Amino acid sequence: METKAISRRQLLKGTGALVVSFSFWGPVTQALGQAAFGQAARPSGASATAATTMPSGAGDLDATKLDSWLAIAPDGGVTIFTSKVELGTGVETALAQMVAEELDVPFERVYMDVGDTDRTVDQAVTAGSRTLERAGPQLRQASAAARQQLLKLASDRLGVPAADLTVNDGIVSIAGNPAKKISYGDLIGGKQFELKITATGTGWDMKIAPEAPAKNYKDYKIVGSSVARVDLPAKFTGEFTYTQDVRVPGMLHGRVVRPPTVNSKPASVDEASIRDIPGVVKIVQEGNFVGVVAETEWAAIRASRALKVNWSAPTTTIPASTAEVDAYLKNTKSFRDQVAVNKGNPDLAISQAAKTYEATYHWPFQLHGMIAPSCAVADVRGDKVTIWAGSQGPFPTRARVAALLGVPATNVRVLYREGSGCYGRLSTDDVPEDAAIMSRAVGKPVRVQWMREDEHAWEPKGPQQLISVRAGVDAQGKLVAWDYLDRSFPWTTSGTPLLASQQLGIKATGPGGPNGTGGGGDIYTFDHQKVVAALIPWVQADPTPLRTSNLRAPGELARTYATESFIDEIASDLGADPVQFRLRYLNNAVRPTEALRAAAKQAQWKERPSPAPAASGSLASGRGVAVANRANTITAAVAEVEVNKTTGKVTVTRVTLAHDCGLIVNPDGLKNQIEGNIIQGVSRTLLEQVQFDASGIKTLDWASHPIITYQDIPQIDIVLINRPEMGPLGGGEPSISPVPGAIANAIFDAVGVRLREIPFTPKRVLSGLQAGTLSSQNTVK
Amino acid sequence: MAQISLTVNGKPRTVNTDPATPLLYVLRDDLELNGPRFGCGLAQCGACTVIMEGKAARSCSIAVSAAQNRKITTLEGLGTVQHPHYLQTAFIEEQAAQCGYCMNGMIMTAKVLLDQNPNPSEPQIRRALNANLCRCGSHLRVIRAVQRAAREKVSA
Repeated sequence: METKAISRRQLLKGTGALVVSFSFWGPVTQALGQAAFGQAARPSGASATAATTMPSGAGDLDATKLDSWLAIAPDGGVTIFTSKVELGTGVETALAQMVAEELDVPFERVYMDVGDTDRTVDQAVTAGSRTLERAGPQLRQASAAARQQLLKLASDRLGVPAADLTVNDGIVSIAGNPAKKISYGDLIGGKQFELKITATGTGWDMKIAPEAPAKNYKDYKIVGSSVARVDLPAKFTGEFTYTQDVRVPGMLHGRVVRPPTVNSKPASVDEASIRDIPGVVKIVQEGNFVGVVAETEWAAIRASRALKVNWSAPTTTIPASTAEVDAYLKNTKSFRDQVAVNKGNPDLAISQAAKTYEATYHWPFQLHGMIAPSCAVADVRGDKVTIWAGSQGPFPTRARVAALLGVPATNVRVLYREGSGCYGRLSTDDVPEDAAIMSRAVGKPVRVQWMREDEHAWEPKGPQQLISVRAGVDAQGKLVAWDYLDRSFPWTTSGTPLLASQQLGIKATGPGGPNGTGGGGDIYTFDHQKVVAALIPWVQADPTPLRTSNLRAPGELARTYATESFIDEIASDLGADPVQFRLRYLNNAVRPTEALRAAAKQAQWKERPSPAPAASGSLASGRGVAVANRANTITAAVAEVEVNKTTGKVTVTRVTLAHDCGLIVNPDGLKNQIEGNIIQGVSRTLLEQVQFDASGIKTLDWASHPIITYQDIPQIDIVLINRPEMGPLGGGEPSISPVPGAIANAIFDAVGVRLREIPFTPKRVLSGLQAGTLSSQNTVK
Repeated sequence: MAQISLTVNGKPRTVNTDPATPLLYVLRDDLELNGPRFGCGLAQCGACTVIMEGKAARSCSIAVSAAQNRKITTLEGLGTVQHPHYLQTAFIEEQAAQCGYCMNGMIMTAKVLLDQNPNPSEPQIRRALNANLCRCGSHLRVIRAVQRAAREKVSA
C-alpha cells in the first residue's frame, strides 16, 4: 500500500480543502490505493472502441480560481497543487522554496501535491529546463495572491490596514505590535479562498496573477539557500514510493510480448506454450498487441518469455547501419527547415573568403537509459480509469489513455509516482497504455514492468543527427561567414501514437515534433550567418525501435558539439587561443562572456593555441573549452583529458563549468544537477551509441551498452553565477550541452586528432592517431 | 510452489512461492519491501543489492530457494527516516542522490565495504562501487557520503 501518500493526506484530513469541488470520485478520493468506481458490471466481451485521432490533453481545473492552486489547513500547513513533477532534479523542493518565500511560511509547512490530474491545473509537461522558469513564477504569483488575500482577511480581523501588517512563519501581526496577531490557519484554515485571480495562456505560457505583488528578490530568505531535498531521506531508507512500489489490492502482473525487430502482426499465438506455468490469468491479444497477465510477477515474466508467437514480416525495416542512416539524412528532403539565424549572404561571403573551412559531424541514436525500466499500474473499471505512472506529463498521458480506451479524458485519473531519472524518456510514457489494455482485459488492476531488454530496445531514442558546417575567414583572420546545417529526425513520439496505441490501430497524423533549434552557432555573432535545423521525415508505418523522442538537451547537445568543435578547428588553424577566439565572436554579450571567462579562470586556462606541444610517452594531456546556451541558461565548460596513445582510451580528468541560470533558487540543488549533467555528458561522449542492424537492436543490456562507472568519473569544479534580478531559469539540462565539444577540443589539444563522430571510442582515437597528428580539417582556398 | 523460510532484517519470514522465483520479487512482492529494486534483472546494475551472510548479493539473480534459511538484510534493515543508520545519515547530509533509484545498491554495497574496510581510500571506494550503475551521475556525492560515513560513524 502507498503508506507515504496516505499519511500525508492524513495531515490534511478534516481541512475540508480535500473535499474539493473538482473531485469526480467523491469519498473515494481519500483512498488512493483503492479505486471503487461504483459497482457497474463491465459488459462481457467489451472490446476497444479505439479512437482514430490523437487527443489534445486539456486540464479541467479552473486556473482563475485561487483554490485550484493552494489550500491552507487549520494548523497552517500549505498544500500546493501542481502538475509539475519531481523527476529527481529537485524541482519539487525548489518550487516549495518559492512558495514558502512568497507566503512567509516555514519551508517545512509547504507540501507539494504533484501530478494528480484530478487535483491540479495543467501546467504542461515537466521538461525543457522550463520548470523553475515558467512554473516557478506561476506558483509564486498564486502564492503572492494568497498572501495578499490573507493580509486582507487579517486586516479585517485585526482592524488595521493591510499595509500595517507583517507576516512571519505564517503568522500575521501588526508591525510594531506583535501581540496582536493571527495565523494563516486561523484566518482560513480548512476553508476555500473563493477568490478569482487572473490566468491567461496555457501550459508553459500560462501567466498567473501578475497583479499580485511578489516579494523583491533582495528580501529572499528561503529562495537562494541550499534547502535539503524533501524526498531524499525516504529514498535512502526504502520508505519512498516510486512508480515501481505502487501496490493496489487485487493487483495482477502483466508483461508485454514484443515482436523481434520492428512491430508486426501476431499471426498466431500458441496458448498451449504457457499452459504449464501456474498463475497465468490471461493472454491479452488486441490488434497487434500481445501481453500476458499473471498472479505473480515471476509467472508473468516466465509466460512472456515462453509464449510462442508467430510474428508476421513487418512492413517497415530497420536500417542496416548508422552509415545507412547518415546517407538517408543526407539524401532525403526535409519537411521543415527551422531557420535560427539568417543574416547577410554566407554563400557569397564564403566564396569570396581568403580561407574557407568545411566539416561534417555525426551524432548517433542514443539511449535515455533510465536505470529503472518503464513501469505503471492501471485500474480500468468500466469506463473509469486510474493510472499510477512516472509520466513527465500526467495530462498528456491521461489524454492518450482516454483516446486508446475510448473513454472521456475526465474519466481517467493519472497519479504521478516518481520513476527513476528519465531525461525526457517519460514525456511520452508508453507503459500506462500497456497496463490499461491489460487491466481492461482482465477487469483487475494490472502492474506492468518493462524488462531491461524492453527498455533498451523499445524506448524512443535521441535521434541521429548529421551536421555540416562551412565557414569563411577574411584576409585579416576574421571569421566572417558561418553556414550551419543540422539534419535530424523529429521526435516521432511527439504528437504521434505510442507503441500500444499504434498496435491497436491509432495512426500517426503528423511527422512528429521538432528537435529544437538552438546550438548551431547562434551564440556567436558573425557578419554572415545562417543556422538551419532541418527535419527529415522518419519511419512511422510501423512503430520501430528507432522511434525518436526528446533526450536531454535534445538536438542542441549534438549541435553545440559540432559548433564548438568547428570553431575550435578554425581557431587552431589560425593559431589563436580557443578562449580568446570565442570571446571575439561572443561580441561582448555579457552573460556568455562572463561565463566563459569564469570557467577559464577557474580552470587556470593557459592562453595558447591548440594543439599542445607533442607529449613523449604514451599519455598525453589536453584541455578544451566550449560554450552553450540552452533555454537562456548559459554555460561554459573546460574539459581536461588524458589520452592513452597506445590504447586510445580517453579519460576525462576534470571538468570545470560556469553556469548562469539567472536567479539561483537552491545552490546545492543546482550543483547536484550540474554534476549529473557533466557525468552523463562524459558518458554519452565517450561511450554511448545504440547499435543496430537490419535484424534489430543489438544493445539490449548494460553489458552491450556500457555507461560511465565510478573509476572514470572526473573531478568537477563548478562556478555558479547568480543573477537574481533575472528571475529563475532552468538547470535540468543546460550544463550537458558544452561537455562533448569541450572533450573533443581537449582530445585535439592532447594529440592533434579531431574526432567528428560520437562516441569517442578508443578505436576512433587510434584511427585518428594512425591517420596522422594533424587535424583532418579541409582548408580550401 | 513451496514453503520457503527466510530471515529478513532479523525476522523469520515464510513465503509460499515458486522456488525458482528470483529473491528480488519475493522480497518486493511477497514481503512488500521497497529497498531492493528492479533495474535490470541481469546482475549488471546492482539496484537489487541485499546483504546476505555479510556479503553484497544481487537479489535479481538468486533463486529464493538458494536464499533459504540465510540471513538477509535489505535497505529497510539498516535504518529508517526516524532512526537512520550512520551511512544513511551521511547520504542525507551529502545530498548524495538525484532520482535516488540506484541508491539502494550504493548504500548496501558501501555498507559491506565499510564493514570490511572502515577507512577506505577514494580509489578503494571507486573500485568497490564500480559495478553499481548510476545514470543520473551522483557518483561524486556518493563517494563523499561514504567518506563522510567512514569519518563520522554516528548512529542515530
